[in-house]
Amino acid sequence: MTGFDGSDADHDPGDSADRPTDGPVEETRSSDGESVTFSREGVRAGFLTCLPVAIGVGGYGIAFGMLARQAGLSVAEAALMSATVLAGAAQIVAVELWAEPIPVATVVLTTLAINLRYSLMGAALGPWLERLSPSRGYGSLLLMADENWALTMRELKSGSGRGAFLLGTGIAMWVFWVASTIVGATAGGVIGDPARYGIDFVLAAVFVALAAELWEGRSTLVPWLVALATAVAAAELVPGRWYILLGGFAAAAVEVIRHDR
Amino acid sequence: MIGEGTLALDPLVVGVIVAMALVTALTKVGGLWVLRRIEVSERLEAGLSVLPGAIVIAILGPELAAGGPAEWSAAGVVLLVMWRTESILLSLCSGVGAVVLFRAIV
Repeated sequence: MTGFDGSDADHDPGDSADRPTDGPVEETRSSDGESVTFSREGVRAGFLTCLPVAIGVGGYGIAFGMLARQAGLSVAEAALMSATVLAGAAQIVAVELWAEPIPVATVVLTTLAINLRYSLMGAALGPWLERLSPSRGYGSLLLMADENWALTMRELKSGSGRGAFLLGTGIAMWVFWVASTIVGATAGGVIGDPARYGIDFVLAAVFVALAAELWEGRSTLVPWLVALATAVAAAELVPGRWYILLGGFAAAAVEVIRHDR
Repeated sequence: MIGEGTLALDPLVVGVIVAMALVTALTKVGGLWVLRRIEVSERLEAGLSVLPGAIVIAILGPELAAGGPAEWSAAGVVLLVMWRTESILLSLCSGVGAVVLFRAIV
């Protein structure tokens, strides 16, 4: 319940630049000069910071488990999917597509389309992960999901240089995602409609909270409006989940053009 | 078809899951892999730096647009609680509680 600040303040007592400042963020170019570490302490900090978020995501995992069970997957199959895929939105869409016989190509291609955004997100973490060994960088990325990526982005932008933060958040996500999937799949039909308990709103709530965290003042407004308009329009016009990528790309493109000024 | 077996592992199902896991792993490491091989200009870096928030908004926008007054009000509650307390857990719980309440009222 202490939120992020508690775990931030616990460590690096000597580094007053550790806390993010609220002022306009001017080129968080931490790639220059500042070192990126990969320590047990970083894993721990990431795990603890992500814990409340991972618990929240657990509500979503329960919903996924129930949907998977209703689609005909066994508890073991649902748990296996959560443990190896670790991508909430894609998994939920996949079990929605699930039928008899399984539309293999549709399921796999849709998974690819929904998760393509991870490439952009991984690239966004690049300035820091590049400075780790390939096995550490890529290994951490395998545990990346939307929520812990946003937390990691925030952490690294603050200049803490904790390269292991992503791994710590990933472990928290993985543990709760798999455990809650098993709970949901086991509970199966016992709980009727997820909407009655507001479980279907957890994802939106997580993202509203993360948007509040990522807001960096007025400079954020234009790219966010571009992303919003593009995504809402594309969601209507383009099938699948491409709108997520399109929104992200459009905002990045506008920022690249605006960079001159 | 509701699967009865709790621990059943159908070979085809496992195959599809493995394929899903592979393409997902590819997307997760792909961005960094490309980034390690090309020079990134300051201009491109500026573009990349807005991606986090932009993707969050791109996911959130259509999600909320598909909802109604109950979801919009609950999103407002999450925002408010987040602003005031900076606690993710508290804002999530308030949001989920609010959406259940608002859905009952609307």
